Amino acid sequence: MKKTVFLGALTVAGLAAGAAAAATLDDVKARGKLNCGVTTGLVGFAAPDSNGEWNGFDVSVCRAVAAAVLGDATAVEFVPTTGKTRFTALASGEIDMLARNTTWTFSRDVDLKFTFVGVNYYDGQGFLAPKNLGVSSAKDLDGATVCIQTGTTTELNLADFFRANKIEYQPVPIETNAEAQQQYLAGACDVFTTDASGLAATRATFENPGDHVLMPEIISKEPLGPLVRHGDEEWSDIVRWTLNALISAEELGITSANIAEMSAGTNNPEINRILGTEGTLGEMLGLDAEWAKRAIAAGGNYGEIFAKNIGEATPIGLARGLNAQWTDGGLLYSPPFR
Amino acid sequence: MTDRNSQIVAFVREETIPQAPPPTAEAGVVKWVRVNLFSSIPYSILTLVSLYVIYAILASFLPWLFNGVWHTSNIRECREVLEGATGGCFSVLSDRWNQLLFGIAYPSDQYWRPSLAFVLLFGALAPVLFPNAPRRLLILTGLYPFIAFWLVWGGTIFIPLMALAGVAAGYLVYSRYVADSFAMGAAGGVATAMVVWWIGGFVTGATEGVLALEAVPSRDMGGFMLNMILGVVCVSLSLPLGIALALGRQSSMPIIKWICVVFIEFIRGVPLITLLFVANVVLAYFLPPGTNFDLILRVIIMITMFASAYIAEVIRGGLAALPRGQYEAADSLGLDYAQSMRLIILPQALKISIPGIVNVAVGLFKDTTLVSVISMFDLVGMIRGPILASSDWNGVYWELWLFAALLFFVVCYGISQYSQWLERQLATDHR
Repeated sequence: MKKTVFLGALTVAGLAAGAAAAATLDDVKARGKLNCGVTTGLVGFAAPDSNGEWNGFDVSVCRAVAAAVLGDATAVEFVPTTGKTRFTALASGEIDMLARNTTWTFSRDVDLKFTFVGVNYYDGQGFLAPKNLGVSSAKDLDGATVCIQTGTTTELNLADFFRANKIEYQPVPIETNAEAQQQYLAGACDVFTTDASGLAATRATFENPGDHVLMPEIISKEPLGPLVRHGDEEWSDIVRWTLNALISAEELGITSANIAEMSAGTNNPEINRILGTEGTLGEMLGLDAEWAKRAIAAGGNYGEIFAKNIGEATPIGLARGLNAQWTDGGLLYSPPFR
Repeated sequence: MTDRNSQIVAFVREETIPQAPPPTAEAGVVKWVRVNLFSSIPYSILTLVSLYVIYAILASFLPWLFNGVWHTSNIRECREVLEGATGGCFSVLSDRWNQLLFGIAYPSDQYWRPSLAFVLLFGALAPVLFPNAPRRLLILTGLYPFIAFWLVWGGTIFIPLMALAGVAAGYLVYSRYVADSFAMGAAGGVATAMVVWWIGGFVTGATEGVLALEAVPSRDMGGFMLNMILGVVCVSLSLPLGIALALGRQSSMPIIKWICVVFIEFIRGVPLITLLFVANVVLAYFLPPGTNFDLILRVIIMITMFASAYIAEVIRGGLAALPRGQYEAADSLGLDYAQSMRLIILPQALKISIPGIVNVAVGLFKDTTLVSVISMFDLVGMIRGPILASSDWNGVYWELWLFAALLFFVVCYGISQYSQWLERQLATDHR
């Protein structure tokens, strides 16, 4: 009896969720705010500053979408989520999109019924070691003790890497990233491994960052990107093409500085189409003609967002690497605006 | 006393010796040290080792504390100021002080409201906790929940007013009928309150913005304020609920008894963190999308349920400790169930249960930090999330966690000292 009621309630809730999911754009417009899921805090990617203002690389994606849809980059309700609550928050409709450095994997895309709209950061697992350990490659790490966060994919990647290279290691299981930093600095392990962006951010907080080196090997693929629920293609198109607009803007040289000048009209038809002076791309998305212009003006193009939040001039100091434009040897490649 | 004697004995003292102070080795500090610290060789060794340990701890802790930096805006500046010397970066506390206390999103020009509510809390608690406090303060105690709600959440004053009107009307009906039957009085009171609240819903809808403070949504609450809200609300709600459950478990009516037993055993068999996940995650699936059932309210309900199950068991222990004669004496006086419980059984049972109840209250207050796991920014969530993840302060641990520990210690130690004082006040000879 109880089970039937339970399943019945689940079905009703599911149906209702399905019905609501079909019109996320209308919901967002009616609400006047975009509910965007972010992390509870990750250096450089999302964190509130001392005034309570959210900033970061992932946060900028939320702001760009809000600017494109609502015309106001500040019309975002940031919903902090943990690794455990993020997917239910999205599936239940509490948030409209999730921009929380989430790795695009098969099972999340297919089994959990989400749509990854693209990749805004190509990450991979790396190693951090003290300089005086005297190793220059992860393959020299035979017999090393390795600090590793338990229950993550990094643990499995690590086992695979060492087995593939036929070398031995001793894992030191660690619960959180903060604990790992302390253990590593205290010398409880020779090497610390996690996503390369996280390692760089961690190293930046050390008193003497110069005493530690990142190994050149990246042993896994971690494409991080924003995602939305399955089943509302209009909405996923909007988020996908907002991200693409940021990437294309960098490729085409549209910056927050010259965007006003460029939107008066240029000789490049693709720029004109993005900025809405030619064609009807905005209308096809169900938005107005200047949607992409506002998205780019909100925080600048992809390159500007990168430089401002995690780039080499910031304390985190990440190089573009894989995240450079395809024309510069990176992986960023936006489909054409046509 | 012969002559011979006087010739043999050369000297006989003929007056008493004047009183002299004891030898230095047998008095004052020296004696204390000798007896307590150096009474034997093993003790002396232990003393010396302990002294060295204390010295070593203080020698590293005190410079860190007193050499600390209080006025820099990020960890890099702080390290520059220190130039490699030992010292804490306490500037994280001054930089993020408001966030630690009020969370990231509470409007900063409205901080006086929760602060005022906090100060009023002492006035409201005084007559309940201290028998010597002026009785007139009880009025404040009665009004406090409504004042505090209005101050912290804001909005039109008609919401708390209508809530108050409902409670008042319910109480009037209750006191009119309670003389006939307790059950009738209680049912009538609840029904009246419901009706008034239902009408009040229309009134508050129509008077939005009248006498309104800036409304602050629940999701903007955070910092130590959130811990205080959860702690105070849940403890005060779970106490009456726990009493009801404890009495219900002893009831002779099987349905009531089994409902209470199942509730208590189920809640006690489930970790609090699981209940919080249910509140945060699972409920979101059952509620229709768009209904935003307040997250704080969900959490309050779950923590209250959890605490009341424990308090019920503590009080049941108190009830079981009473001699059977007390129950029989109440019956022989011709008191009905409600009267005998209110006048004879519960006052004694609650007195026995005080240490247990305080134990649950202290534990509950500390458990409110678990909400950080469901991504609420309470004090611990604030530190683990926004502050340690800002590129300004990533890498500062001791200062933040010691500060959090200090805040919790002050509150919990205060509660425990109060309960010891209360036990001394209520001490009677036969127990």
